Amino acid sequence: MAQTAPDSKQGASPSMSLDEARVLPSGEREFMLDVRTQDMELNMGPQHPATHGVMRILLRVDGEIVTGAQPHLGYLHRCAEKIGENVEWLQYLPYTDRYDYLSSMNNNLGYSMAVEALMTGLEIPRRAQMLRIICAELNRIGSHLIAYGTYGLDIGAFTPFFYAFREREWMMALFEKICGARLTYSYIRIGGVFNDAPPGWLGEVERFCDVFEQKWVEYYDLLMENHIFVKRTADVGVISREMALDFGLTGPMLRGSGVDWDLRRDMPYSLYGEIWKDGAFKIPVARGEKGSLGDCWDRTWVRVMEMMESIKIVRWCLAHIEPGPIIGDVPKVLRVPTGEAYVGIENPRGELGHYVVSDGGKVAIRVRVRGPSFVNVAVTEALMTGTLLSDAVAIVGSTDVVIGETDR
Amino acid sequence: MLAVTETPLAAPAPVGDGNLVLDLLTGLRPESVPLWAVMATSALIAVGLAVALISLIAMFSTWMERKVAGHIQCRYGPMHVGWHGWLQPIADGVKLLLKEDIIPKGADKVLFVLSPAIVLASLLGAMAALALSPNFFFADIDLGVFFILAMTSTTTIGVVMAGWASNSKWSLYGSMREAAQVIAYEVPLGISLMVPLIVAGTFNLREASAAQGGWYGMHWFVFQNPFMLPAFLLFFTAVLAETKRAPFDLPESESELVSGFLTEYSGIRWSFFFMEEYAAMFLYSAVGAFFFFGGFESPFTWAVAQMAPHTIDLGETIGTLKLLGEGSLLHNLVAVATIVVKAFAGVFLMMWVRWSLPRIRIDQVMTLGYKYLTPLSMVCVLGAALFELAWIRFFGGAS
Repeated sequence: MAQTAPDSKQGASPSMSLDEARVLPSGEREFMLDVRTQDMELNMGPQHPATHGVMRILLRVDGEIVTGAQPHLGYLHRCAEKIGENVEWLQYLPYTDRYDYLSSMNNNLGYSMAVEALMTGLEIPRRAQMLRIICAELNRIGSHLIAYGTYGLDIGAFTPFFYAFREREWMMALFEKICGARLTYSYIRIGGVFNDAPPGWLGEVERFCDVFEQKWVEYYDLLMENHIFVKRTADVGVISREMALDFGLTGPMLRGSGVDWDLRRDMPYSLYGEIWKDGAFKIPVARGEKGSLGDCWDRTWVRVMEMMESIKIVRWCLAHIEPGPIIGDVPKVLRVPTGEAYVGIENPRGELGHYVVSDGGKVAIRVRVRGPSFVNVAVTEALMTGTLLSDAVAIVGSTDVVIGETDR
Repeated sequence: MLAVTETPLAAPAPVGDGNLVLDLLTGLRPESVPLWAVMATSALIAVGLAVALISLIAMFSTWMERKVAGHIQCRYGPMHVGWHGWLQPIADGVKLLLKEDIIPKGADKVLFVLSPAIVLASLLGAMAALALSPNFFFADIDLGVFFILAMTSTTTIGVVMAGWASNSKWSLYGSMREAAQVIAYEVPLGISLMVPLIVAGTFNLREASAAQGGWYGMHWFVFQNPFMLPAFLLFFTAVLAETKRAPFDLPESESELVSGFLTEYSGIRWSFFFMEEYAAMFLYSAVGAFFFFGGFESPFTWAVAQMAPHTIDLGETIGTLKLLGEGSLLHNLVAVATIVVKAFAGVFLMMWVRWSLPRIRIDQVMTLGYKYLTPLSMVCVLGAALFELAWIRFFGGAS
């Protein structure tokens, strides 16, 4: 008995190793079934090891084949945006730590810059800018290390995770030295940073860079070139260039589909424009080396390559940093001039946008956050249909979703 | 059951010939005790030994797995319970024993309770055919390796039962994958084992081992035939799939199926599955050692066998005990050490693979099994048989 299953709109990975030969001219995929089977509803999450938190994906499965997927969000909703309308400008900063808890420095930076955009005349000292970039890029490395490690876990390799945590631990120790916290830093403040680097800290960052450059080769060899890993991720969950743009993907998800777009270069903020002009870093864009352009392998590759670029940016800052003030002239009780501002920055996961509205008071009228994870996770639904259950896990992992941010 | 093939049971057999335990007991037997009682006693001893052995192997393997995993992952593994955490398995065992016994509400109670027992019992049965030394074995079965393969594949029934009885979709997935995987990999496993069987000419583990004693104890089957090494690689791959080890750990696959068929199990029932897994790893490694890497034979075993025989007299009832030389106590001890070391080398290899490789997908598992391993193992059998034939034709006698 032959049964035809409609191909998913755009999402089915062309590899669909199940039935490569049986793709009908109409674009439908045909597979043979001995007995009539019944679709089963499967709750992947909210408590499931592959969903990286409390995301719930309602799968419709026919044996091992996923015939429908629907992500359900909101299990970690903490009303972060609403809180922004109720606390003072500076008091909201710790809340930004908590949406993408793997890249809190970048979140701090995004919010601070949005508020700073309203405060005309406020000048951010150069040393503060440097420290901001060093911390943001170190945090990007840490975030990508988690992405790389947990993606290995999703695929079934345990060891890369521990390798990744080894360097992340050092990174967190560095942050602990500069701001006292390991995860929720609140280090980057409106107007600058709150604490200067302790003596010897910059030298230690340099040593971290030296060691990381050597260890990075290990990461690449251990997972990225692993034959099984390539087999599991290449040609799986292919996002075409058009699809990536249509879904509004940003960050490694977008560059993984071959779109050369990075806010650090294309809409430069802080000192990134200067660093780019200096030729200190490049933007890795996937080329579809192992399979189709835009597959899971490409996305992971972009993340792994970005770590090295971040190291280069950190090195540039270390070479150019000079003593000086670390925070601009910001009053203790902050009254932000009337107006509205949107500032998007390149978070490890994509564009993190903050839209803030002020009426000149101590409290914001509106704080709106455009979280990259929230936008990026939307694509999973289209990608999962028609794949195998294992591929579904690989696809969720490749979006590198942080539930704290999708739900906020 | 203990069985002795060569020694006549009527007369007290000479010590060191045939089965040590049975010989010893037969020697000690007063006239009033019937022979069947002696055999039953030795069988009970054998069962006790097998159970103890499985537990010991499982305990040591869990410790070893943690240590291997730890060191591969830049950490130490257990360090606090005893020296380098060697008592950790005992601590874990106590914890598992004391855990609340949970049977899910919707579960099929009978099957749920029965499946860990079936899994462990079939492996215990398989253990009976494992010879530990030339003169110390539980059952000297002529179809030894066939028996081991048959019994170990019975564990699949237990796993499928566990998945069904748990009344959980994840468990069902796990057991379905297990069934598909085992069916696919039994074939290459059996066929790749045919290669050494052709060379050995026997299914019996002891005889296979004895056939590899030349070349100062290094005349292993793997050196006897060019198709042996590829056959071993196929065998090893199939064993990984059979024992549900990474990269074929699909029935459990934590990141996909929560814990697969183990999802609803806890406490001692859960530990039964793990005892089975580790014991199966050891057993398959031992089979691999017997049929590819010389079994009991090693230069050490050879050296002990070459020693001048030395016996001591232990009185009339027991007779004499050989200390040195072939078939002596020392020879047996060295043989046990050899096979245990070889088997654990195989176990270590499996652990190394597990902590290095990602998991492959179910369709890739099937493709690998049916499209590659099975035909390749058939090619190996054909090649090995032709090689043996040519050898006999041109050089006379087996390679």
